[in-house]
Amino acid sequence: MFIINCPYCGEREQSEFKAGGEAHIVRPKQPTELSDDEWAEYLFMRKNIKGIQFERWNHTHGCRKWFNMVRDTSNDEIKAVYKMGEKPPVE
Amino acid sequence: MTKNLRVKTGKAIDETYRISFKFNGSTYYGFKGDTLASALLANDIHLVGRSFKYHRPRGIMTAGSEEPNAIVQLHNDSSRTEPNVRATEIEIYEGLEASSQNCWPSVKFDIGGINNLLSPLLPAGFYYKTFMWPASFWEKYEYFIRRSAGLGKSPTTPDPDIYEHKYIHCDVLVIGAGISGIMAAKIAAKNGLKTLLIEEKPNLGGSTIYQNSDHFKINNQNSGSWLEKEINEIKKLKNLEIKTRTSVAAYHGYNFLLARENLTDHLPINQRKDKTRHKLLKIRAKKVITATGSIERPMIFDNNDRPGILLSSAIKRFADYFGVACGEKNILFTNNDSAYETAISLIQKGINIEAIIDNREEVNSKLIYEVEKNNIKIFKGYTVTDTSGYKRINKISIMQLSKDGQKVVGSKIILSCDCLGVSGGWTPAVHLFTQSGGKLKFREDDQVFIPNIYPSDQLSIGACNGDFTLDEILVNTPKSLIDYLNIKNTEYDNLEISSSTNKSKRNIWLLPSDKILGKTKSFVDYQNDATAKDIKLALREGFRSIEHVKRYTTTGMGTDQGKLGNMHALGIISETAGAKMGELGTTTFRPPYTPLTFGTIVGRNVGEYFDIFRKTPIHDWHVEHKAEFENVGQWKRAWYYPKENENMHKAVQRESKAARESAGILDASTLGKIDIQGTDASEFLNRVYTNAWSKLAVGKCRYGLMLNEDGMVYDDGVTTRLGENHYIMTTTTGGAANVMGKLEDYLQTEWPELDVYLTSVTDHFATLSVCGPNSKKIVSEVIPDLDFSDESFPHMSFKNTKIGKINCRVMRISFTGEHSYEINVQANYGKSVWEKCMEAGKNFNITPYGTETMHLLRAEKGFIIVGQDTDATMTPIDLQMDWIVSKKKYDFIGKRSLYRSDTIREDRKQLVGLLTDNPNEVLEEGAQIVADINKSPIEMLGHVTSSYYSPNLKKSIALGVVRGGKNMMGQKLIIPMEKKNINVTVADTVFLDKENKRLNA
Ligand SMILES: [Zn+2]
Repeated sequence: MFIINCPYCGEREQSEFKAGGEAHIVRPKQPTELSDDEWAEYLFMRKNIKGIQFERWNHTHGCRKWFNMVRDTSNDEIKAVYKMGEKPPVE
Repeated sequence: MTKNLRVKTGKAIDETYRISFKFNGSTYYGFKGDTLASALLANDIHLVGRSFKYHRPRGIMTAGSEEPNAIVQLHNDSSRTEPNVRATEIEIYEGLEASSQNCWPSVKFDIGGINNLLSPLLPAGFYYKTFMWPASFWEKYEYFIRRSAGLGKSPTTPDPDIYEHKYIHCDVLVIGAGISGIMAAKIAAKNGLKTLLIEEKPNLGGSTIYQNSDHFKINNQNSGSWLEKEINEIKKLKNLEIKTRTSVAAYHGYNFLLARENLTDHLPINQRKDKTRHKLLKIRAKKVITATGSIERPMIFDNNDRPGILLSSAIKRFADYFGVACGEKNILFTNNDSAYETAISLIQKGINIEAIIDNREEVNSKLIYEVEKNNIKIFKGYTVTDTSGYKRINKISIMQLSKDGQKVVGSKIILSCDCLGVSGGWTPAVHLFTQSGGKLKFREDDQVFIPNIYPSDQLSIGACNGDFTLDEILVNTPKSLIDYLNIKNTEYDNLEISSSTNKSKRNIWLLPSDKILGKTKSFVDYQNDATAKDIKLALREGFRSIEHVKRYTTTGMGTDQGKLGNMHALGIISETAGAKMGELGTTTFRPPYTPLTFGTIVGRNVGEYFDIFRKTPIHDWHVEHKAEFENVGQWKRAWYYPKENENMHKAVQRESKAARESAGILDASTLGKIDIQGTDASEFLNRVYTNAWSKLAVGKCRYGLMLNEDGMVYDDGVTTRLGENHYIMTTTTGGAANVMGKLEDYLQTEWPELDVYLTSVTDHFATLSVCGPNSKKIVSEVIPDLDFSDESFPHMSFKNTKIGKINCRVMRISFTGEHSYEINVQANYGKSVWEKCMEAGKNFNITPYGTETMHLLRAEKGFIIVGQDTDATMTPIDLQMDWIVSKKKYDFIGKRSLYRSDTIREDRKQLVGLLTDNPNEVLEEGAQIVADINKSPIEMLGHVTSSYYSPNLKKSIALGVVRGGKNMMGQKLIIPMEKKNINVTVADTVFLDKENKRLNA
């Protein structure tokens, strides 16, 4: 069970959080102008990386804030957490 | 009569405290401090069970948690009987009753033993190969397998014991209180770190504590005495907590560990009352120091599993620690110096040793010299090739090893004995390290896997890190602790150490024999009866991955996870396949390290505490009025209110009629409620619902449908505009938390520019719905100050008002199709307002109704229930609810998906009404719907989603989803049931009052 450093609350047990899938997938501003294939790309296609992955997490049983996390899925090491809207850390 | 094999007092035994216990129905005696294993051995009992597949007689083999054979069933009563208890771990207590587990009808005469004679017919993969065909015979096979296999008996009545969970946070967790663990705990605690030391055995000190020889000295004292002083000192340390009889079951990532603390299993039964039996410790440690020691390896030779064959280190422990001789004619068989430590202990205790067989040709160390001085014959360069004795070993055959160790040469020598101690060297107990994600490396010198890459803030020290000799441990442990804890020095930096052990070892995974392999039974996994031959067969049949060989041969798959023989299995695979050990890798060790009881895992979450349940503020009234309840999510909802002897059907028919004919009342408090405020609240609703919200006037209510981004219906409910920038949204009971989460997600991540605030207020309000033609009269009496005229208070509108001094929100909305009002008050007033309504409705036969009647009434009106009539594959178009999807809005969640090529297909499943040809025939929900019963295979068109007998329409009605159903109006379909086919006609989804006249009645 991870210890997650919520950018708003600090370190908390993983049981307080919920994972929310891949990060930095922006909802298209004009969905009606997309082809079926382009919309399907946004809707269904997700990476499933072994290694460094950017993902969304929600502090559901805490501040309820969504934030982003960089996690190495091969060993579960959390490399960084950062607020929504902030740029992902380089490297 | 059994013999008494008790020798001089053992370290752990209190000879003044005698304890009687029963084993397989006979009474025996032991002393306080004995394990069941040591007490049985003191009574000269080795035979304790039968093996899993061949039912070969098996004896106690070890003195610890790695025991594969001595597995017993404890207690006889139906609530406390417990299978799979290791005799080497359970401490005896007054009243202990144990029995052999894996034998039928008895340990001495065992029917399954015939498998031993049939063993040429039971090769590796036997279960897979044989019992798969013919499939219909499985039931017959299963009876015999279950009956004769050693799975033990589970309790049949509830567990009366108390179990608890406890969280522990510490700076340093030390696992294992052998010499290195004790040193680590002391150093950590003395450096100001909050330290927890955990030991699975009842006492501290590991195997050093009973080391009482001049060959192992620390600062001029024998190592056992030195350690005893250290133990006395650490017991006084303030920031060190010590837990014995506690075993770590699992080591997860981020230094999260689960341990089982055993509090009462060693106590006499009459002292256990009201005490917690096991505690599950959930430990979060900043640093973890693993000092779990090592497990001695057996040796792999023909018939290496007979009762009386033990690990050499176990024989030493039984003698030194428990004061028990495992035999009167002992032979030791070794490939390293450890067996000589055992020999010296036995000599000190006056226990006879017949001979020592040593694989090594050239052996010279002080230990061996001393053994030779005692005139004990050592066969150097020899190996055991076979043993005999069915229920107890009585003879061994030995032969000389060839130079390369691949063959035996010369003539056979037969030696008689009643106990054989084997020592194949040591395997570091790296199970917890690998569980935590650690990566091992292979050390060629002595053929062991040791920790290499740590996945978290942790350190392995002592034997589990490959330091087997006293000098290695005492030199390396302080050094690595200085690094790990970042300290300057330790009190152990300048110890004077003298140790006589020589590290030489001659490792041969599978010892040669004068017989061909096919004729031998050389066991690698004792519990699962996997032999060297089985492993070679698996390789011959093409298995290469060790994980596959493991499953095919079942090596390492018993309750002991193959703690003894896994390394030999790997060794044999590596030799046969010509692969390097280091490249093969090991099989995965999974939690728990030792089995846990279900009680420990569950803790206090039993009975009514199994899961949280939520009660509405009116719950007590429903209980007082004998409601039956149904679980909706975590809520307990009133289901129906049976009168006298009514069954559910009768109660629901009565409630439904009353609601339509006069008045009904429903507790709707469980519906989710989300308070929405902010200048962009209307825009927000526009984006999350399919219909338009900007023009909804203050004081008006509107029904909304919410989709997922994939266009499928997600939730629904009525939202009311309380003010210019203020709405209250209702959600389904089960969907409340998810809707809240989803809305927050969009607000925070996609539309952070919107000025909107969400608050879950579900629990703040009690909600009661009064419906029926007389509802207006009733609520007017409860709220006399409010103008209930249709002009002032029309359908789909809202009033803020008061009942006396109580603030109250009233919505005129309807889920039944009747004229109805929903009253919301602060939760704690809910019950009294409900009672007021009941009082006011007395003359109108106001009838409380539950969820079942609610479902029936809405079905008459064709209103959907999300999750019952929909299943995450239904769009609003599929539901024939096109009217609620705005064509004008540029975007809302799920809009784009509504015209994907898949969602616009005409032959999607669509919601329709179904009327049975026989109006009294009520369909089963979930039943399949077909058009042509004669076609093969029959094409399934859909299924029934809701079905009731409507007392108001006096006929059966149903909703269902049917492929292309929208265009089938009036068409005949068939519901094939087990005994008959039911004919139905596709109909409109609205069965009652299509014109909505009743809303204003
Ligand atoms: Zn937080």
